[in-house]
Parts: sequence; C-alpha cells; structure tokens
Amino acid sequence: MANGTTDQALHPSEAEGVAREPLVLNNRSFSWITERICGIVENRQPLGWWFLFIPSVLLAGVLIGTLVYLVSTGVGVWGNNQPVAWGWAIVNFVFWIGIGHAGTLISAILFLTRQKWRTSVNRSAEAMTLFAVVCAGIFPGFHVGRFWMVWFLAPVPNANAIWQNFKSPLLWDVFAVSTYFTVSVIFWYIGLIPDLATLRDRARTKVRKVLYGFFALGWRGGNRQWQHYEMAYLLLAALSTPLVLSVHSVVSFDFATSVVPGWHTTIFPPYFVAGAIFGGFAMVLTLMLPCRLIYGLQDMFTMKHIDNMAKIILLTGTIVGYAYIMELFISYYGANKYESDAFYLRILAGPYRYYYYCMFFCNVIAPQIFWFEKARKNLWIVFIVANFVNAGMWFERFVIIPTSISVDFLPAQWGIYHPSITEKLMFLGTFGLFMTLFLLFLRFLPVIAIAEVKGVLPQADPHYHDWKKIKEGRRGPGFPRPGSPDPSDVK
Amino acid sequence: MGNIFPRWLNFLPLQVLIALGGVGTLIVAVIWYSFTPKYTRVGYEPQQPIPFDHSLHAGQLGMDCRYCHSNVEESSHSNIPNAQVCWNCHGPGKVKSDSPKLAVLRQAMDTNSDGYTGEPIRWVQIHETPDYAYFNHSAHVNRGVSCVECHGKVNEMAVVSHQKPLSMGFCLDCHRNPESRLRPIDEITNLDWTAHDLDRDEFYAYLAGKTGKSADELKAEGPEKIDQEALGAYLKDAWNIHPPQDCAACHR
Repeated sequence: MANGTTDQALHPSEAEGVAREPLVLNNRSFSWITERICGIVENRQPLGWWFLFIPSVLLAGVLIGTLVYLVSTGVGVWGNNQPVAWGWAIVNFVFWIGIGHAGTLISAILFLTRQKWRTSVNRSAEAMTLFAVVCAGIFPGFHVGRFWMVWFLAPVPNANAIWQNFKSPLLWDVFAVSTYFTVSVIFWYIGLIPDLATLRDRARTKVRKVLYGFFALGWRGGNRQWQHYEMAYLLLAALSTPLVLSVHSVVSFDFATSVVPGWHTTIFPPYFVAGAIFGGFAMVLTLMLPCRLIYGLQDMFTMKHIDNMAKIILLTGTIVGYAYIMELFISYYGANKYESDAFYLRILAGPYRYYYYCMFFCNVIAPQIFWFEKARKNLWIVFIVANFVNAGMWFERFVIIPTSISVDFLPAQWGIYHPSITEKLMFLGTFGLFMTLFLLFLRFLPVIAIAEVKGVLPQADPHYHDWKKIKEGRRGPGFPRPGSPDPSDVK
Repeated sequence: MGNIFPRWLNFLPLQVLIALGGVGTLIVAVIWYSFTPKYTRVGYEPQQPIPFDHSLHAGQLGMDCRYCHSNVEESSHSNIPNAQVCWNCHGPGKVKSDSPKLAVLRQAMDTNSDGYTGEPIRWVQIHETPDYAYFNHSAHVNRGVSCVECHGKVNEMAVVSHQKPLSMGFCLDCHRNPESRLRPIDEITNLDWTAHDLDRDEFYAYLAGKTGKSADELKAEGPEKIDQEALGAYLKDAWNIHPPQDCAACHR
C-alpha cells in the first residue's frame, strides 16, 4: 500500500482514519511551549500565587508548632487511647500516602502503556506525589511516640539487641513507603534534567545559572545523552510500576493481617490500590484545574486530559464502590458473627455511621456524574466532584480505622474516640506544608515536562515537513524515496 | 553561551562521592564504637566520699558481699549499707577508727567528733538501671546468677568501676543463653568461682536436697564432666529457669 496511498496520507493522525484530538491545541510551536512554561519560573508570580502561598506557609507553621508541642509534651496530647489506639494520625497517613499514588501511575504505568497524554500531567502529578508522601511520613514518624527512636525501625545492629519483627506488616510498610519515596524522587529528578538545562540556558542571573546548571548535571542534549537518558527513564518506569500496586497493598496489610473485625478482609489490597489511584487523581485535578487557568496552560493541559482523568476517577470510584458493597455482602453472607456485627454498627447503629454515609456519597455516588460527557466538560463540576473525592477518601480511612477498633470483640472494651485539637491542627498543618511545597515547585521548577510535551507535537515527527510538503502539493510522486519508512506506518 | 562551571568541576561529583563515602564510614565507625554502653558506661569510676577498698574488704579479708549489701536476696534493690554498718567495725576503739580517710564516717556517726552532722554518707551510684527497665536482684541471685556477672570482680577492685556494659543486648545475651551464667546458689557471692571448682559429689549431694532425688540417682543422670555449659544446662532444667525475652519482662 506504500505508494498508492501517500498522496492521501498526510499527518499520521489523519492517516489512521479517526481524527484524534491533538495533545497540544492551537498548533503551538516549540518555542511557544518553552516560553510559556519557563515564563512561569522566570517572571513574577501572579497575585493568586501569593494569596495561596502566605496562608500555606502560616499553616505549615501551625504544623511545626503542633509537632514541637507534641514532642515536648508527649503523645498524650493526641486523643487516641485504648481501645482506639489508631486515630487521626494513621487515618491521615493512609490518606496522604493514597494521594501519592497518582504521580507514579501517570509517570510509570501510563509511560509503559504509551499513553502520550501523560506528558503534560506527569511532572506536576509526580511533584504532588512526593509532597503527599512527605506529609504522610510525618504521622507514623511521630506516632511512635519518641520520634528520635524511629531508627529502631531500621535493621541496624545495636547495643540494645533490638531486631525488627519481619513478620509485622508495619515493618513492611516502612520499607514500602521509603522505597516508593526514593524511587519517585529519582524518577522525578531524572525527568527534570533536560528541562533544568533549558532553564539554565535561559537564565539571566548568575545564581540561577549556577543552581539550574548544577542540577542539570551538564546536560547538553546530545544524541548519546538522549539515548542514555531514555533508557534510564524506561528502566525507572519499569522499576516503579510494581510500586504503584505494592505500596498501598502493603499499607492495607497493616489492617488486613490483623484479626480485628472490619480489618481482617482479603479484599483490602486491590480495594486500597483502587482507592489510592482514585484519591490521587482527584488531588491532581484539584491542584491543576486552578493552576492551568492561573498560568494559562489550557493548550497543553487540555479538556482531553481532564476528560481522561474524570474517566479514571469514575472507573476507580466504581471499583471502590464495588468493594464497599462486597464488604457488606460478605459480612451478611459469611458466618462470622463479629464481622456482621462490626458492619451492622458501622452502617446502621454505631456512633460513626454518618462518616460512612459521607464516605459512600462522596466516593461512590458523586463520581457517577462523570458518566455524562457534559459533566466531564464542565470544570466546576469536575472541581467540585474532585473535592468530594478528596473528602470521601479521608472519610473512608476514618471509617476503616477508628470505627473498627472502637468496637472490638469484647463489649467491655468498646469506646469512642475523640480527636484532640492538636490532632486537628496537625492535619490542617499538613495541608499547609503540602501547598507550600507545591507552590514552591510551581515557582522554581517547570510545571510541565517541556521536552516531553515537545515530543508529542506533530512537528516532532521526523517526517512532519515531508507530509506538510505533500499536503501542499510541493512534493512530487517520487516521494517517499526507496528505503524510507511508509508514512502510514510511522506513528 | 560560555561555560558556567570551570573544567575541574567535572570531577566534583566523583570527589563528592568519595568524600561522602569516607565521611559516612567515619560516622558509622564513630557511632558503632562510641554510642554504645560498652563505651559510654564501661570504665566509669567516680570518686567516693570514703575511699572504701573492696579489694581489701571483699578480697583479702574475705567478707561476704551480703554483709553490707544485706537485702540483695530479698529485695529487688540491692541496698547500699548505711553508716551504721561501717561503724560496726570502724567505731570508737575498733579498726582504724582514727583514720583520716574515715572522717566522713565519723561526721555521720560519731556524736563526739568535730564536724558531726548526722548526715548519711553520700555514696556515688555507679550501676544504674534506667527507670523504664525493671530489674530484680533477688530474682537473679536466688536463681544462680552471681554478682560477678553484672558487676565484675569487685573483690579485686580498689576503686569500684563499671565493668560490664549493662546494655539491653547484655541482658538479652544471658536471657537467651542462661546456661553460660548459672551456678550453685552457695557460690553466688564467690566472685572467683568457676565451674571447674565444682566437686561432683558435693554438687549432687547439694542438689539432692533441692530436687528430692538421691545424690546417686542424680549423679547417674547428670553429665560426666561438669563444665559451665553442662552445669548451667543442668541447673536451668532443675530449677525450671525460663528467662523472659518479651518486652514486658523488663519494660513494665
């Protein structure tokens, strides 16, 4: 079919017969992309940035204040006690670590599956992942009580002859989360190198030149550098793909491997992973919807991206809903009296039943609106539903964690958990830290992967200009030359 | 555009890597060596208000530890003797009662002395268990763990010093392997004793009273040659010793 079709075959997207929505709108050029993204870092920040940054820093200060108070006074300033030993701290840990799942999913799994739309989302999603994991790490770190003893978690030979209990999922958790964080940082940084070099080359001040130059590691953009770079990126993507699934599975083992009714469930690992991706994408949308408007990134972060993410939210939200209903069904269908009692109390008679209703509405019912294309195209609806999901995922963790241990096997041990003001302020403070880090990221690093977005432009295709000429009738029938690839096969 | 960094900087990453490796090794080595009780506690030798010579009293004169530390078999705490105990021998007209080294004792006890205050002697504590660790002396000495295991050969010390690390690892070494430390209860305060000193006949005769079996029966059952491991294993079995290794054993 080679020569016969060349005069019709224009751009590959057209050659396929199905017009695909372009990934970058308005036929933007390479230089426009560089200017727009680097401009965010090089120009003064819009007023909106300061309106968000100052309260965020203050809230982060609240976090530091509560941590100082906590350490200097002791963990008794938290409201958790017997029987509810795992209160907001662990709820918040699971909440934040769950949010940290979208980044790696976008950067690794979508990379391996060649979903090219990931290119304009992955940088910010990965940054968000790292900051979420930082926020998550604070809670178990301080939950241990004497946080300077946290090194006991590492298998280091010591004079106390303390050795880790490798049978404990809490220890697996430490390894899973720290591995995830390390790999995510490396992956994110490797992705940044070509863009850091761009910023270095555009820098006007000495300080910027030196700093961006230092972190760009001498990147020149030569062929050999790109070859090595792309191989490294591919390998890291392969390395982090299992982590997307493993981290939240291991987090779910903290609960699933215990015998507490409401925790001891085999459905937990897939249910947690789906929930994590669900919550992670909601947080990406929450951050990026305002961001793309403030910085004018609509041509790169298009409605197509929002549509895709809304669909993922719909899918994962429905999986989560299936898990909720299956948990209820099994507690009814199974013969375990304690299990059925735990769920009876959870949804009908217990003190925390309203948390369950909030969770169910936010996570299962609200995203169903994304079945409608109109809803996926309405930014207000997308933003509001994304925030319902953010809240719903917090409620889910609360429903799972304190609710289950507040009603244990022995009614004599039942008890209600009231979070203290310190816990509440600390949770609020992690939002401050999260936003501070994210806003600093916007301020100092390219929010969209410049090199990667350029790679998905039609102009990046080596034969782009040939097709263009054919289209304009400036190229004779001798094209393509013998040995050159058939344009309709070139992607 | 020109070079931002000079050429020699190309080797900086390598240099930094090597330096970090060196510094890392150094930090690990320093912590490994000096952040353990083996380093921080062993060798602690404070000056006491009275230069009481254990090597003279417990060593040369052969006084039993329990003459002064009299509650050790009944109490979780091994007491430091009060001044009256010293006064028993060093009172007026008795041993070295005029020695200038005993001025602090006379201040505490002798109403006729110049600086009499009646204040107790302020001995400096050397071996200290942290508040979060529960240790019971009587539980150990009544089950064949000698003073020497934790305090070293005090009978040879002119000035008592901290000889064993007393770290948690040190406790666990013995709790995991008590055979290596058990001895007959009569020999608890005999700090120079070793299992080789044990007379086989005497040992089984002694055990006969404890276990309700005859000495000959025990001798037939018992090991041929008595070394520390064999003796320890035997005592552990006979006294049903199961040292706890869970956290709550000591951290109550």
